Amino acid sequence: MDKTVGSLAEAVSEIHDGATVMIGGFGGSGAPIELIHALIDKRPKNLTVVNNNAGNGRIGIAAMIDAGMVRKMICSFPKSSDPRAFTDKYLAGEIELELVPQGTLAERIRAGGAGIPAFYTPTAYGTELAQGKVIAEFDGRHYVQERWLKADFAIVKAHFGDSYGNLTYNKAARNFNPLMCMAAAKTIVQVSKIVQAGEIDPEHVVTPGIFVDRVVEVENPQQEEELIRAGVAYL
Amino acid sequence: MTVDTRPINTREDIKLSNAQIAWRAAQDIADGAYVNLGIGFPEMVARYQPPGRQAVFHTENGILNFGEAPAAGQEDWDLINAGKKAVTLKPGAAFFHHADSFAMVRGGHLDIAILGALQVAQNGDLANWRVGSKGVPAVGGAMDLVHGAKQVSVITEHVTKNGEPKLVEKCTFPLTGVACITRVYTSHAVVDVVGGHFVLREKLAGMTVDELQAMTGAQLHIEGPVGDLVVPEL
Repeated sequence: MDKTVGSLAEAVSEIHDGATVMIGGFGGSGAPIELIHALIDKRPKNLTVVNNNAGNGRIGIAAMIDAGMVRKMICSFPKSSDPRAFTDKYLAGEIELELVPQGTLAERIRAGGAGIPAFYTPTAYGTELAQGKVIAEFDGRHYVQERWLKADFAIVKAHFGDSYGNLTYNKAARNFNPLMCMAAAKTIVQVSKIVQAGEIDPEHVVTPGIFVDRVVEVENPQQEEELIRAGVAYL
Repeated sequence: MTVDTRPINTREDIKLSNAQIAWRAAQDIADGAYVNLGIGFPEMVARYQPPGRQAVFHTENGILNFGEAPAAGQEDWDLINAGKKAVTLKPGAAFFHHADSFAMVRGGHLDIAILGALQVAQNGDLANWRVGSKGVPAVGGAMDLVHGAKQVSVITEHVTKNGEPKLVEKCTFPLTGVACITRVYTSHAVVDVVGGHFVLREKLAGMTVDELQAMTGAQLHIEGPVGDLVVPEL
């Protein structure tokens, strides 16, 4: 078995117009910048993008939005140090927003990967984000029914990956990435280094390869935060 | 009957600074407690842990036991907190993914969450995520963090910049959570939420209960002794 591919372009080649794409990362930490930029080069349109945020500056998801590729964002916090790309399109009515509390977003993605169609959470009960949702009482407390979230593709960043797709992550760059790997029909991962099968101790595997379809190596990946501070624009 | 139209004296002259409010909240954190501090002002609480006590701080993007910011130039942008600021690790730190992180929150594993507030209602309702319906809404983890911790506290000014009460009968801003707040540390007082009403625990010695009541939007109940709110110069 060999899930490795030789180029970023090949890794994202199947992502098509109208797809739902989960993009890993929390802010810049764990954001697969090189895969996102390869996707911008391909320019699929009408995408639904799932991420905690909605882009920052003029790179990554913000550059996807600037390029007119995103029809809808599903996220918890569409603000950042430079949120112009999303804000301008949102206020102009050119992009749809599904706002989801952060923990609910994580659990919906987990549920999508775990085959659980819905679950109940105390989060958002009694707030405007629970409007129209099923409410149930368990042991005297109220809970909101939330549905699973699945995607056609996930693009994520990991640290090490082997030919079977087993992954480790770097520090807090883990965040949503293991969950998104589970919840997408096809999961595409950029890793800082591809290693031989067996080089990652099975005790240390964070994402087992069964959740991964493509692995591409990006040595010394760029950090979103550094690009933003340097004023870089991808387009 | 004449109506008193004089503006309420909000006792700006004696109010605590943000650092002093954070200091007071920190005194109630036990050694070894698992604590989440909201983004912004609540992060200051970590600076004022009493000597000999060490809490374990949780950040919802997936770290337990993170520490101070690194020196400028030493940032690792894979090692950030929920406010997306670079942090460091303490011995005994752990990383985990987002679903586990919010399991720690909702599952009742945190001892204390400390959040900021726009308004707190006397039944413990919190409004802290948006002022109205204009602009881009952004909730982050605010609606999750108010559920599950054994104590969910707020640190806040007692009144807004315009002198309007932040402790109210009923929130007028969009709610973050219902009946979720257990204690409020303000610039003038410490107030608990008990059985659907505010109970005054401490107030600044330089003001009367009547003065405090006048700048509070709901009844302050006195149940037991009211201590002096005493904090150091910071």
